[in-house]
Amino acid sequence: MTINTMAKGGWHRDQMSCFRMMEKVIVAMQDPDMGRDIIDWLMKKYNICEEESLHISGLLVRYGYIYPLKEPRSLVLRPDESPYRFQTPYFWTSTRWPASELDYAIYLAKKNIRKQGELMEYEKERYSVLHKRINHTWDFVVMQAREQLRASKQRRKADRIVLECQEQAYWLINRPPPGARNMLDMGLERPNNTARVTLNSEHYKNEIDTCKRALGRNRVKSSICLEGEQYQNHDPIMEGCLPSNPWISDDSAHWTMNLETVPTPTRLRVERWSFSFMELLNDEMGRREFMTYLEKEFSGENLGFWLACEDIKHGESSRIVEKVEEIYRNFLAPGAPRWVNIDSKTMDKTLSGIRHPHRFVMEDAQMHIYFLIKKDSYPRYLKSDLYKNMLAKGIVPQETKKSVFPFMRRQRHSSPSPAQVATQATEEGGNATGAGQAGTNSAAGSNV
Amino acid sequence: MEELRKEMENLKDQITAVRKTFQDSTLQEAAAGVTVVGRVQLKTRKTLRGHLAKIYAMHWGTDSTLCVSASQDGKLIVWDTITTNKVNAIPLKSSWVMTCAYAPSGNLVACGGLDNMCSIYNLKGKDGNVKVMRELAAHTGYLSCCRFLSDTEIITSSGDCTCVLWDIETGTQKMVFAGHQGDAMSLGVSPDFKFFISGACDFTAKLWDIREAECRQTFGGHESDINAIGFFPNGNAVITGSDDATCKLYDLRADQELLTYQDPSIMCGVTSLAPSKSGRLLLAGHDDFNVNIWDMLKAERVGVLAGHDNRVSCIGVSSDGMACCTGSWDSFLKIWN
Repeated sequence: MTINTMAKGGWHRDQMSCFRMMEKVIVAMQDPDMGRDIIDWLMKKYNICEEESLHISGLLVRYGYIYPLKEPRSLVLRPDESPYRFQTPYFWTSTRWPASELDYAIYLAKKNIRKQGELMEYEKERYSVLHKRINHTWDFVVMQAREQLRASKQRRKADRIVLECQEQAYWLINRPPPGARNMLDMGLERPNNTARVTLNSEHYKNEIDTCKRALGRNRVKSSICLEGEQYQNHDPIMEGCLPSNPWISDDSAHWTMNLETVPTPTRLRVERWSFSFMELLNDEMGRREFMTYLEKEFSGENLGFWLACEDIKHGESSRIVEKVEEIYRNFLAPGAPRWVNIDSKTMDKTLSGIRHPHRFVMEDAQMHIYFLIKKDSYPRYLKSDLYKNMLAKGIVPQETKKSVFPFMRRQRHSSPSPAQVATQATEEGGNATGAGQAGTNSAAGSNV
Repeated sequence: MEELRKEMENLKDQITAVRKTFQDSTLQEAAAGVTVVGRVQLKTRKTLRGHLAKIYAMHWGTDSTLCVSASQDGKLIVWDTITTNKVNAIPLKSSWVMTCAYAPSGNLVACGGLDNMCSIYNLKGKDGNVKVMRELAAHTGYLSCCRFLSDTEIITSSGDCTCVLWDIETGTQKMVFAGHQGDAMSLGVSPDFKFFISGACDFTAKLWDIREAECRQTFGGHESDINAIGFFPNGNAVITGSDDATCKLYDLRADQELLTYQDPSIMCGVTSLAPSKSGRLLLAGHDDFNVNIWDMLKAERVGVLAGHDNRVSCIGVSSDGMACCTGSWDSFLKIWN
């Protein structure tokens, strides 16, 4: 069930971009004759495979831009000789949307008058419901219906039949029979709200401030590309995962091996610690290992301080004061057991801030220590024997042999992308080698 | 007032000009040497059945096996995706729910919708029952999206054009992020929890500093409502999906759009998106019942997930990157990998 009432003064959300694109396709298409023609034309025009073309043409039929002549109630595109016709723009979904009750009443009335018993069961029910609901305009409805019937009698028989088909197709979409999918279901009607942004001078002043600030910000040249390559081996969707993907093999070994705390972590996990400082800090085992290293260097208090500050930032508000006091006692007070080395300016600022403790009172000190560890201890840790041993000991799990269901073994070869398949087909001989090479490269690259 | 408006337009043009000067190469040129991904074929591994009406939202838990989904049948269901069992089935006061979220700790879930409120439920209550812990009410418009920062803070976006940071313990608004000129439709939190991004019906996406409650950057370019938004895994870029059937990638450091993911054969709007763990692949759910998979560096379509019988309304990749879950108006959730 959807809410279809709009708030007073409401506005219809613009759902039309989709319709406009479909209309562009229709306008570009030649007059369709058979389903097969439509599929072929789409495949050629967009360089796509048959499956995709079936999908798109299915959309065009379901939204009413093309309708079938045989079996009009089955809004499916058959890729054979079944005949299809364009819907006239007068009856495009976007032209007359939403379809009005009045028009539907007139349509049903016409059908009723033209031939008694032509209305289907569900149409009869709707007819009587409408009759009750808009009883006050019923004379108008009947009059309009009669008028339209009279006008159509004056047309040539062929034209009249076409118009009837088109009108029927329109109403099959806009008032689908019970059980059929409602293609125009747009979901929850989001009501307009009264607190809309008003374009007054206050608003413009704010915008100007924001723009001025935005103008002055630092920008980086766009040639600095995404560093996605690092994580490629760690992306299970692309590279698969060892020992086996739990959803396929129903074996949760992968997760057991990668729990928060395990005796020995996997190699991939330890490798991730070297990608960025945050990766190390976000992993509980990584933190523990790093702390062990820092203790050896007598700088463990830095990490301890950072962790305590994080706890304040994300923890309960009621305990902030207590936690701040604890940090002061342990890390900041002169002669504290785990005193951290912060520059005097930041220390003064923090100490005065502690008098009115809040969630972010330690922010500056925390940042200072964070960068200290990141620039100094972190790189040395990555070069240390401790880390290197961890990496060497890291488990690389064996891929489990799926002896029970051998035929479910996932195929890791990759066929060329849909666009490439089509290029190969149309450029036989000519430039096929280019596309072919790309295909084989990718097959080589994706085999784990 | 006309002068103010002219001044604003002038500044905006200047920003566009400056952005152009920093555009010394396109992502396509830079990614030309990268190996091709090839066809990505994901299969449905599990189908989660149990909802009785359209599913509007889903969110993975951080443990990568549990997820929560919200449906118009008025239920919030927490699923164990491996066994397909329902861990919790929470009845909601209002069935017009539009969003749901799972807290990183796994203790709480939240949902909201046309009731203009964000309701927080405690999954780990003392007597085993799941009860409403808080109802965060202050928005004057529908709740379109919510995301937890921790067990004590949550960010919501609303149809009243604002986003709000709440303190869950006290149930009050801590910060209000105002600036959008259209309904804020979705939001995403950065991996370091310092920033969040919001996409709205004014066709722009904004980056907000959580601490300072300021809009740091605004990105435009879309021709229709932005329905979905997400951070690139390394936190340096933002991906948006819109009703104009395209997705766009904006880089935060270069402060501009790097790529548009579009194809003339894709006509229906994007409802939801999720990047794969490495960020190489982008999965986008559309109104035409399909999910399109894009190679993010080369802007080529490398796969399609076709399995739903109605609009794909939500999509998510688990935090360990192993599986992708799609939820649809056909009332089913499917796990793919």
